[in-house]
This record gives sequence, C-alpha cells and structure tokens, in this order.
Amino acid sequence: MRFKAESLILNFIRAMGLVAVFIPLFMILYVLAEGLPVVNFEFLFTPPKGGLSAEGGISSCTIATLWLLGFTMLILIPLGIGAGIYLAEYAPENKLTGLIRYCIDLLAGIPSVIFGAFGFIAFVVSLKLGYSILAGALTLAILLLPFLVRTTEEALRSVPRTYREAALSLGATRWQALRYVLLPAALPGILTGIILCIGRVFAESAPLWLTMGGSAETPLSPLDPGRSLAVHIFYLAMETRAPEKAMGTGAVLILIILILNFLVRWISAKVRRL
Amino acid sequence: MRSLFFRKRREASQKPSGGESRISAPKASAPGIKLETRDLNFYYGEKQVLKNISLKIREKQITAIIGPSGCGKSTFLRTFNRMNDLIPGARLEGEVLLDGKNIYDPDVDVVELRRRVGMVFQQPNPFPMSIYDNVAFGPKMLGLNRKRDLDEIVERSLKLAGLWDEVKDDLRKSGLALSGGQQQRLCIARVLAVEPEVLLLDEPCANLDPISSLKIEELLFRLKEHYTIVIVTHNLQQAARISDWTAFLLMGEIIESGPTGEIFTRPKDPRTEQYITGRFG
Repeated sequence: MRFKAESLILNFIRAMGLVAVFIPLFMILYVLAEGLPVVNFEFLFTPPKGGLSAEGGISSCTIATLWLLGFTMLILIPLGIGAGIYLAEYAPENKLTGLIRYCIDLLAGIPSVIFGAFGFIAFVVSLKLGYSILAGALTLAILLLPFLVRTTEEALRSVPRTYREAALSLGATRWQALRYVLLPAALPGILTGIILCIGRVFAESAPLWLTMGGSAETPLSPLDPGRSLAVHIFYLAMETRAPEKAMGTGAVLILIILILNFLVRWISAKVRRL
Repeated sequence: MRSLFFRKRREASQKPSGGESRISAPKASAPGIKLETRDLNFYYGEKQVLKNISLKIREKQITAIIGPSGCGKSTFLRTFNRMNDLIPGARLEGEVLLDGKNIYDPDVDVVELRRRVGMVFQQPNPFPMSIYDNVAFGPKMLGLNRKRDLDEIVERSLKLAGLWDEVKDDLRKSGLALSGGQQQRLCIARVLAVEPEVLLLDEPCANLDPISSLKIEELLFRLKEHYTIVIVTHNLQQAARISDWTAFLLMGEIIESGPTGEIFTRPKDPRTEQYITGRFG
C-alpha cells in the first residue's frame, strides 16, 4: 500500500517534470522552425520598410535592442548588486531595512506597464529625454532593480556562514572577505539573476513602447528613439499580414538570448579564476 | 601590521630551513601568561552564557577546555579572537588580555587581532578554492603577492601541518576534494600561513575518524613548540593525552582549572570528578 502511494507520487512528479521541460522546449523549437526560414541576410541586415506585408528586415530593431540592453545593464548592475550587497552584508536589521525590503518586494509585483507609464512621465516628459533608448533603459533598470537586489541578497545569504567566519578569522577585512570569498561563492546565483534580467530586457514590450517609442529608424545614440525586437514582434503581429516575419524576429531574439547566456557564463568562468 | 608580517617573513627566510629551525628554539623554563580573562561575562541578549570567568592561558602550552555540550566552551573560545562580535545581540563584560593588553579596548584593530589569534573550526571549512589558494589566502589578504614568497609560505605551512607529502603533486586540486581529516589539516595549514601567535581549536576532531584525529593530535603536539594552543574538546581522553592545562567549564562557569595531570587524577571539585569519570555530560 505504502509502496503504491510512493510510486504514484513519484510518477506524478515525473510527469510534471516532463511537461515543464516539454512546453518551453516545444515553444522554442516551434518558433525556430516557423521563423528561421525567413531569416536571411536581407532580413538581418536591412531595417524594416513598413507596409502591410512588412517588407525589409529587423536590423534597426536589433541595434535598438542591443543599445537598450547595454544601457540598462550599465545602470542596473551597479545599483542592483550594490544594494543587494548592502542589504545582505552591511545593513543593520531594523525597521528601516525591513521597510526597504518590503518596498522592494512590493515593487517586484507591480505590472511592468505601470513602470512604463512612470518612465514616460518621469524620463520622457519631465527629464525631457523624449522617446529614447536612455529613457527605456532607465525605466527597465527601475523595473528590474527589485529582482536583482533580492537575487543578490539571497545569493550572498546562502553562502555558508563558515566561509565568512574562516575568512575573518584569518585576518581578512570585511571587504576582503566579501571580495575574495563571499562574492565568488555567490557569483553563480548573482549571474543567474543577471541572465534572467537580460531575458526580461528582451521580453518587455509595453514599457518600452511608452518610453522608447516605435521608430523603425536605426538609433545612432542613446538619445535616439528606437523599436526593440519585442515591440517589433508586437507591431508585426498586430499591424501586418506577415506573421512569419514575427516568428522570424522571435527566432532571432531567442538566438541572441542563447548567445548572451553562454557569453555571461564564459565571462563568469574567467572572472572566477581571478 | 604589514611591516610586522614582512619582518617576520624576512627572519624566517634568512634561516637555512624556515620551519625546522624554529623547532629547536629554547623553551622558557617558566611559561609566561599569553592570554588571560578577568571577570568575563558574556550574554546572548538576556541569556548569560559565561559567568565571571577568570583564566590564565600559558604561552606555548596546550590548554584544553572541557565540559558538556552547551556549557559555553565554544563561546568562551570565540571571545579570544572576537568572533562573537559577528553575532547580533551579543554582549561582553570584563577583560580578555593578550600579552597584557585588553583586546576589547576600542583602539584594538580586530583584523590584526584575528591574524595574531588564529582559529580552526569544528567543521573543516576550506574555501571552495584550490589547496594552494586556501593556504595562500591569509598572506594574500596581508598584501603579499610575490609568487616565490607565496610558494614558500604554502610549502612551509603544509609541511608544518603534516599535509605536504599527501598533496604536493596536486596543489591545484580543490580543497573540498580532500578527505575530512585532510581538510582539517588544510585549515590548520591555512591558519599557520598567517603566522599567528595563538591557535584556537574548536573541537577540531569532532567530525573526524580516530586515525585522522590522532594525526591532528600529533600535529598539535609538534605545534606547541611555537604556538600557544587552546583547544575545546568534549573528548576527555584527547584532553588528557595532549593538554598541559585543563579548564572544566559547566553552565558557563569555570569549575576547576589547573595542570591536566591534577585535574584528571586529583580533581578538587566533586563535579569535576563526576564529569571526568563519565557520570554526566
């Protein structure tokens, strides 16, 4: 009887695991299969020409997305990791830091389009940045900040207490213990957080539509407007009769995310050895 | 701090064979007092863990602190290198003197203190790095970067800890890949690399098999030529075998302390006798 229940539960868990793996895998393969046939040299290296059949390619969108990614990370990583380290290592446990943590968690649950509306008012209008990559990057940085702060904090907290004790007992300063023992040990967790943030930058569309605009022109500086790949997919799917181009753009997006993931892992392996 | 380190390093390198030469150093006839606590009280929040402890630790001798689980042995040990500072809500009264200087004075540099008073923990805790990097960690944190110096320190420390012959061919291997006993000796080598004056050991053999424990004991016996050693243990045979002095701690109080031979053969307090004859704990 007991064995029966045991194996039933085991099989159930196994089935759930398979489904959880199969659904995303199927999606990725489907997008790649549908999208890759339209991906060619012209698609990758010319800007969209507009029109109902969506002539042209996606080059300006790819460039806008990479601009956006770069600037978002430039703002997000120092802020997010810095705040995470502060909360995990230096902040005293009191009402104020409790409030900070509470606000961070609250912020993480707010729909992204609200950040978009905030970014529109704060950066596009008030700071007079106009529709621009910079306004989009600032908005996304704020959107992703709570997540990265918490991931960094959790990663540091999960480092065994004994590492910290050992480092300090050997006459390391607090900063040295952090720099040479705790951060390297927490790095995998922090990197996972960064990778997920990269994914979010590629995935967000609504807040970008509100802060970066929808211009299909190639952005030449972070103050130019631009259309990210996700926004372009939205546009292709809603405004044109070329769903295969939307799939093609999706396929490119997925490939870029894959390449960046590998890149981040590779860089982290190099950094860890220092 | 750094200049002291380099001075010590220079002295060591001028001698023909670093570590060994120090072993033959003349032993003082009457051992001095290296560490002393005076009326030490310690609290976790409202709970008092240590009560009025006054104890002298003799230089270049092994002092064992024995007592049943939860009697405050580890907490007591950790007052010597201020590891308890890390615990929120911990409070200390009284004095802990290292060479006559109270280490809880506000002008004391805790980082420098911990370099002078090294610690080995109950659970072997090598860093997730190579064997070499584990041992070189302390010297590197002091700013020593020349590869030749580090190589020398690593080799000398590992030899002193009796681990060199077992690991010399794969110093690049992760410290975590070693066996428990080897990991503990690696942790000892790691402490020795910063050339402390006092070694605190918090039940270093509690998680080791008997053979590994014996190796650690032999090692401690050799090390007491250079270092003042304080070991917390609830293994009474171990305390009797290796220590020169023993202090019996019960419910946060020192019940009795003195030469190990006397404590184990002619205890003055009936509670000590009960404990060492295994009637409780």
